[in-house]
Amino acid sequence: MIRFAAFRLLSLCLSLLAASLVVFCVIEVIPGDTASFMLGLNASPEAEAALRSELGLDKGLVARYLAWAGGMLTGDFGTSYTYRVPVADLVAQRILVSLPLALYALILSTLIALPVGLLAAALRGRAADYGIMGITQLGIAVPNFWFGMLLVLAFAITYRIFPAGGFPGWEAGFGPAMRALTLPAVALALPQASILARVMRSSVIETLDADFIRTARAKGLSEGQAIRRHAFRNALIPVLTIIGLQFSFLLAGAIIIENVFYLPGLGRLIFQGITQRDLIVVESVVMLLVFAVITVTFLVDIAYALVDPRLRRR
Amino acid sequence: MRTPIQLKIGALLTGLFLAAALVSLFYTPHSVTGVNIAGKLAPPGGAHLLGTDHLGRDLLSMLMIGARTSIAVALVAVGIGIALGVPLGLAAAAHRGTWADEVLMRGNDLIFAFPSLVIAILITAVAGPSALNAILAIGIFNIPVFARVARGAALSLWTRDFILAARVAGKSRARISAEHILPNIANLLVVQGTIQFSLGILAEAGLSYVGLGAQPPTPSWGRMLAESQTLFYSNPGLAMFPAGCIILTVLGLNLMGDGLRDLLDPRLRRAVS
Repeated sequence: MIRFAAFRLLSLCLSLLAASLVVFCVIEVIPGDTASFMLGLNASPEAEAALRSELGLDKGLVARYLAWAGGMLTGDFGTSYTYRVPVADLVAQRILVSLPLALYALILSTLIALPVGLLAAALRGRAADYGIMGITQLGIAVPNFWFGMLLVLAFAITYRIFPAGGFPGWEAGFGPAMRALTLPAVALALPQASILARVMRSSVIETLDADFIRTARAKGLSEGQAIRRHAFRNALIPVLTIIGLQFSFLLAGAIIIENVFYLPGLGRLIFQGITQRDLIVVESVVMLLVFAVITVTFLVDIAYALVDPRLRRR
Repeated sequence: MRTPIQLKIGALLTGLFLAAALVSLFYTPHSVTGVNIAGKLAPPGGAHLLGTDHLGRDLLSMLMIGARTSIAVALVAVGIGIALGVPLGLAAAAHRGTWADEVLMRGNDLIFAFPSLVIAILITAVAGPSALNAILAIGIFNIPVFARVARGAALSLWTRDFILAARVAGKSRARISAEHILPNIANLLVVQGTIQFSLGILAEAGLSYVGLGAQPPTPSWGRMLAESQTLFYSNPGLAMFPAGCIILTVLGLNLMGDGLRDLLDPRLRRAVS
């Protein structure tokens, strides 16, 4: 197990290194000079040169990469060109919206999908099963940002239960903050829950055909008892992988949903960075998202190997 | 074997939107480049079958051209994924266990770490937003998907006797991959292609919704939704038509994928869902 973990850790580091090179190179090939863009048309060449050296843009590519990557490792994400504040501070504020939103959606999606998938599997071939599967087909096809708009129309405009958008901040208290995140989280969770319910259903059905379930039934358990005691846990293994994968989709999906609900999260930060040509912000936030995805994949792999020793062999 | 009912419904829906996209190449009921403020927000019926938007443009015409945008972006993105991903996957399987296999598959994992939205953001930061940007972003994300499917399916084939026979006959690995493996995994690729096609439609809608896809004045379903958002609460109908198009197209493609899977390989019916 230790060898497996060490190997995966090494491959995690290599992935992060490669990803940071990709992100850095892509941003570096951007045509146009950041300093002249920031200072506008009437800037003197001296002022531009001064700003370039202030931002570290006059150094070579390798030096800049090392400065950026080294800074990311120590939590220094550079200084925003437009706001003139550390990017880390901007990210720290915004991540307190995006991360809880993605987690909230993940929890909702799991809480909905597992029972629904289990129910469909238990009732397979019956009308209820077809009904559930039909709804999940629809859930996959609905664009989540449009579903978000519908939710606002229903629960913020018609029935004023939740706010239509914006975020009061965690200072306003846990309740109001969670209320502001509820509609976005539901919108984000719907397609993921549909996918997860389908995976859960087929996984349970597959497990129900396994020999150990036949044994359990042969020793007198009812189908319900067999599902509860044996099938459920074994069926969870593929489901856990999908949940791990979904986290990265939710984090990326949050970028779009934040636009629907005017939430001040990482997504809004990236879009502001693009329009204001604040490339250090774009670079660092993208790297942070990629870091999150790679790390979650790593953790899922490790968790998987802990649960199922067969997977440790390579 | 009977044609599965999902396949019929799916093919019908997909065909409908494909036809709308093709017809829009040479005919739309109205022009969508002209602005007619006097005729804005017309209700459905009359000269404008589905009404007009906030700039007086004919909704039906915009939806038809939007179908073209969405389908073209998603289709080309699937093409990129197949053209690059399948040879990579086949090569990895043919050289299983070697460093080449390892490098190819780790490279795949690396691309997986960049969700298509993140790729789109990076490309936009470099080249500005465009439909091409959306195609590239979705296409790049499709490469590892097809590489994995191709590799996984090819690996099990490499252990079969008819492949051994081909090797004994002196065929090279590349030739065996092209002549024997590829035809045998084609079914699987078609099914995966349908799924990626539908995911591409959704991704394109999301990208154009946040302004990273096709740019005005080219109509696209995602941007129509974005434009309708401010008017959503006074004119909800405006957002219903493009959303309906997205949902029905994606639903059609997914049903078609399920149906094709059942038809082409009944053994997969339960394994994949």
